[in-house]
Amino acid sequence: MDKLDRDLLNIIQSHFPLTAEPYAELAGMLGTSAGEIIKRLEKLTENGTIRRLGSIFDSRGLGYTGTLCAMQVPPEMVEPVAEIVNGYSGVTHNYLRNHRYNMWFTLLAPDKKELGRIMEEIKARSGISEMISLPAVKTFKIKVNFHLMEGRDDQ
Amino acid sequence: MISKTEMEIVRALQEGLPLVSRPYSLVAEKLGITEKELLNAIRDMADRGLIRRFGAAVRHQDLGFTANAMVVWKAREDTVEEAGLILSGFSEVSHCYQREICGEWQYNLFTMVHGRTEEECRAVAEAMSKASGIEDYLVLFSMAELKKSSMKYFL
Repeated sequence: MDKLDRDLLNIIQSHFPLTAEPYAELAGMLGTSAGEIIKRLEKLTENGTIRRLGSIFDSRGLGYTGTLCAMQVPPEMVEPVAEIVNGYSGVTHNYLRNHRYNMWFTLLAPDKKELGRIMEEIKARSGISEMISLPAVKTFKIKVNFHLMEGRDDQ
Repeated sequence: MISKTEMEIVRALQEGLPLVSRPYSLVAEKLGITEKELLNAIRDMADRGLIRRFGAAVRHQDLGFTANAMVVWKAREDTVEEAGLILSGFSEVSHCYQREICGEWQYNLFTMVHGRTEEECRAVAEAMSKASGIEDYLVLFSMAELKKSSMKYFL
């Protein structure tokens, strides 16, 4: 990752141009060509640095409802239970953490009823009833931009 | 409320913006609307909070932030608001939510703390504890990422 990659990522995390030719506009800002910008973005997408280019939707804005679930999964059952949990498209993040409640996943669904149905189904299919659901009451902060500073080790 | 056209726009945009010189034109064509109509619709959806951000979703673990901790706090009900504001003021905190409590789980404030090492995360949590005055907290590190994906809506 070189300076152009870093500068490009810093800009497009928050200011992606909503104009007919966005890559040409980015090229103008960074003193390069639209072709070079597209080439860089292809590479950064391929190697997984960019997860998605375009819009980050607000699940609640789209009418979806969500929760954070935690389960107590015995170590030897983590793999099969993760397979069950991850199979739901509404599960977007799932992490193993150092606590008795060790499996933490976010779940989104079009409504509360469907949310409850999926949680019950996961309990039934995994045979694990120790599950808590902790829906957000209030959002204080969602920050998704990470500024890349020069001098950070290139990988 | 979300219109049928907007749902189609969500379905198209969540596949990622194409890397061609006029990406909005290409997406609009598939949707049977004009480039201008699509750009206006995106702006309108952003204004109404359906789109939280237009830009790139970046994997920050690839950017040197290799440790992430979910730090959970037991805040008193009458000071939870103030505590939430204090905790979200830390630049190392990407997300801060108040969540419902559930049974034996009594931690009601959740913060995602990012750092280069686990020690760095712990040090930030300690500073957050001092600043907020909340002494009952847990630092839960992610031992494994079992799933991380972008949500697909209206499938």
